[in-house]
Amino acid sequence: MSNTLKEQEELQKQLRKEAIRKNWKLFSQSKLGMIGLYIVAFFLFLALLQPFLFITGIWNPAIYDPVVGYDKISANLLVIECPKEYPSEKYESYEDCPGPGEVNIKKLYMAPDLEVGDYYDTFIQPAPPSRTHLLGTDSLGRDVFSQIMEGSQVAFVLGLLSATLGVGISTILGTIAAFFGGRVDAYLMRQSDLVLMLPSLPLLFIISAFAELKVWHLAIVLGVLGGLGGSVITIKSQALQVKVKPYVDSARITGGSKWQILFQHILPNVAPLALLFMVFSVTGAIASESVLSFLGLLNIDMSWGIMIYLSQTDGFIFSGLDFWWLILPAGLAVTFLAGGFYLVGRGLDEVFNPRLRKR
Amino acid sequence: MSKEVLVVDGLNMHYETLDGLVQAVKDVSFTLKQGESFGLVGESGCGKTSVAMSLLQLQPDNAKISSGSIKLDGIELVGMTEKELRTVRWDGISIVFQGAMNAWNPVAKIGEQIREAIREHRPDNSKDENTEKITELFNIVGLDSSVMDRYPHELSGGMKQRAMIALALSCDPKVVIADEPTTALDVVIQDQILKELKKVQELLGLSLIYISHDIAVIAEMTNNMAVMYAGSIVELGPTKDVFSKPKHAYTRLLLESTPSVVGEKKKLRSLDGEPPSLIDEKKGCSFSPRCPAPSKECKNQELEMKLIEVVKGHYADQCCVECG
Amino acid sequence: MSKNIIEVKNLEKYYEISGGFFSRTKGVVKAVDDVSFEIPVGESLGLVGQSGCGKTTTARSLCLLDPKTNGEINFLNPETQKLESIDDLDDIELKNFRRNIQMIFQDPYESLNPRWTIKDIILEPLNIHNIGNLADREEAVKEILKTVGLTPPENYMPRYPHELSGGQRQRVSIARTLIMKPKFVVCDEPTSMLDVSIRISIMDLMLNLAKDLGISYLYITHDLAVARYMCNRIAVMFNGKIVEIAETEKLLSNPVHPYTKRLISSIPVPDPKYNRVEYDLNYDELDEIIKNNPDKKMVDIGGEHFIATHDVKDILY
Repeated sequence: MSNTLKEQEELQKQLRKEAIRKNWKLFSQSKLGMIGLYIVAFFLFLALLQPFLFITGIWNPAIYDPVVGYDKISANLLVIECPKEYPSEKYESYEDCPGPGEVNIKKLYMAPDLEVGDYYDTFIQPAPPSRTHLLGTDSLGRDVFSQIMEGSQVAFVLGLLSATLGVGISTILGTIAAFFGGRVDAYLMRQSDLVLMLPSLPLLFIISAFAELKVWHLAIVLGVLGGLGGSVITIKSQALQVKVKPYVDSARITGGSKWQILFQHILPNVAPLALLFMVFSVTGAIASESVLSFLGLLNIDMSWGIMIYLSQTDGFIFSGLDFWWLILPAGLAVTFLAGGFYLVGRGLDEVFNPRLRKR
Repeated sequence: MSKEVLVVDGLNMHYETLDGLVQAVKDVSFTLKQGESFGLVGESGCGKTSVAMSLLQLQPDNAKISSGSIKLDGIELVGMTEKELRTVRWDGISIVFQGAMNAWNPVAKIGEQIREAIREHRPDNSKDENTEKITELFNIVGLDSSVMDRYPHELSGGMKQRAMIALALSCDPKVVIADEPTTALDVVIQDQILKELKKVQELLGLSLIYISHDIAVIAEMTNNMAVMYAGSIVELGPTKDVFSKPKHAYTRLLLESTPSVVGEKKKLRSLDGEPPSLIDEKKGCSFSPRCPAPSKECKNQELEMKLIEVVKGHYADQCCVECG
Repeated sequence: MSKNIIEVKNLEKYYEISGGFFSRTKGVVKAVDDVSFEIPVGESLGLVGQSGCGKTTTARSLCLLDPKTNGEINFLNPETQKLESIDDLDDIELKNFRRNIQMIFQDPYESLNPRWTIKDIILEPLNIHNIGNLADREEAVKEILKTVGLTPPENYMPRYPHELSGGQRQRVSIARTLIMKPKFVVCDEPTSMLDVSIRISIMDLMLNLAKDLGISYLYITHDLAVARYMCNRIAVMFNGKIVEIAETEKLLSNPVHPYTKRLISSIPVPDPKYNRVEYDLNYDELDEIIKNNPDKKMVDIGGEHFIATHDVKDILY
């Protein structure tokens, strides 16, 4: 009853298609996973929107470029003198002075000619959100929204590349170590012991001393370090547990080849753990990027980490929420993208783990 | 007539779970006489371990005893405080768990662990007295006294289980509960442990509650027995009578579905279906869905489940008895 | 004389205990030591013994899960109807051979991939061997589910193992095993983890299938009572060796080897009136047999009742 080779290929294709359709259906049933997917898709949309806006000419690069753009937002402020005692007739308390459109004369000691009642021409930097700048500008007059978009490009390249690379390497190596055992296993385990012992941040410092680190360099370094490190050992131990399960034996008795068993039984049962690692590596990669940017070791022009770093060095981070557009968008973007990846991981877990499925 | 050591009356216990209340023990009553060996048999999930746990008041936090009483020598155990219970446990009732040989602390010597249990309950005893006591106990369960100075991993499964029995006996309890003490062991070792238990029970005049899913073991070990199904006792009586003249359809099927190595090889009856869920409360005979020949009354669930005395000392659920 | 479906000759499986950094061999554990038996077509052999006696290792060697150290396994080729050794098969022949041999495992909770539906689990052998088109395969799954008593099959096919009870899972295992229509199935304690009430229905199902489909079982169990119910012949294993092998009723009524006697005497009897006799080890009968047959490893004491003659005094007790 055996089929010809062509028929077999056709059958395999059909089976694969069916599997993909079924898995998508399962994923779309998971609410959390879909929320995560929407969040990730939103950031992906932001990342892709920016080049589109520049190319179509809707945004002028001279103004909206996240690194070298500059928008002069001029303002005419009334010079006043804040009263010594509160409440006064105009101001309720100390915090209310100066009010909107006003400037305290004491702040203008650099311009001695001005007197109370004059108007003072100046540029607002950082400027609060307005119609032209949806999230305002930073202390150098650059558009924050554009920076967020640039940052999400960086986050995607860095997070996805390093996480995929890392988890891909560790899953393959871990499964191979568990499945083949013996010398292969011994070698891989010693290797990951070695990588585990390497402190990754100092290593990155050294690498950055010798070579200019671009985003994708960093992604590869982080991915390879993560992929060869401890996660190989964890994934191997999980794969070892799966390998001795009777259903694997029973596939072997039936005549399943090594690769069939590896891909159909062991990998799907290791996948949830790998996904968890992936989620952590995305967040981890974004965090390492911030640290390296903070230390000035990374040749990156703009990222969420740099945005937070700049608002901190400029002293805005401690000014409460007066300059919220400098801190919140970048901070929330990091939180939401990392959370979005986590939720996608949860959704995928429901695909892989039927116990979580609701009926 | 020997006196009644343990009286369980109308015991109801449920677990509060996310899916609802699980009625694990429904209206269970039995008495245990001095020196008697009482068997509790049933499928997994029928509530036999829940009964054992409530006898020791060791039920998990989400379990509630809603009504009923457990009297040990006339002292009510339900509603006792934790402090009072501590004096009753091990002194009054002790237990040998299923797979208890894995309950030993791997880093302490066997003798030291038993000594600690005795110290807890008999603080006045001297060290020599305790050692003497343990040697005596080890003799009873067939262990060499040198085992005292050994660590758990140095002993085989059977030896660990014997030592566990010695531990259960260490405070001279009135009642010992054996909850499937031999399930994880081989037949040959199971046989040795059973013999040991029987010997100990006769020697010390212990009252033993033996819980098992294996009616063959119950047949060998007990004088009186109860068959549990879905949380309630469906048949109760002297072991010999239950085996020779079973009154309940479930008991009959249980007997007919157990293979034996002696006697004629007979066709075994299979029991189809699954035990009912304990979450929803149903009236009538809980066994009727699986019963091979349920009568109309059974199916209509008009009768309440209640034990009635069929022959003197031999009780069975009235639903099944009335239907024939 | 009827044909044998499988003949095992002098099967040996040793495990090396290695220790130390350079993996020097410290010693050898003889998990299976010189085991020989045959199973006639359509009959079942029970392999009985305590845990650790090597019965599971024997089964795994037969199913080619673990390579054997020594010995010969001859299997009846269904095409040529001849016993053929499976040692010199190449990879493709080996894969084809594997259609004829299947195994049912002890733990119904671990023997089914938790991430697969029942349909996929049963389909797996068909997918591996590429038999039939998709519609044929689905039809075969439905058919086999009906055979093992999971009806209607449409209810069970999209479900996952954790949604089934232990008994139902074991039925799925059996269905998966039978979909390749094997003639020889190794059962590794398939009912020991099930409840008493469900146990018999699974055993009855297996017996009926054996009768209807002409399957031979190698039934591994620690419970002689179960083996008695399932098997025509019983082999008692101890310390990696078969010590006694005979027709079931003969073995139970007239055990000769001291270990068999002890094993039988230690099984509780579900009858309170029955008094088990405590068995004292007695080597006289065995000694007699050894004396009369100084060269043989296994002695036939009549009616294909074989007794091992190796010295067991120092290992028993």
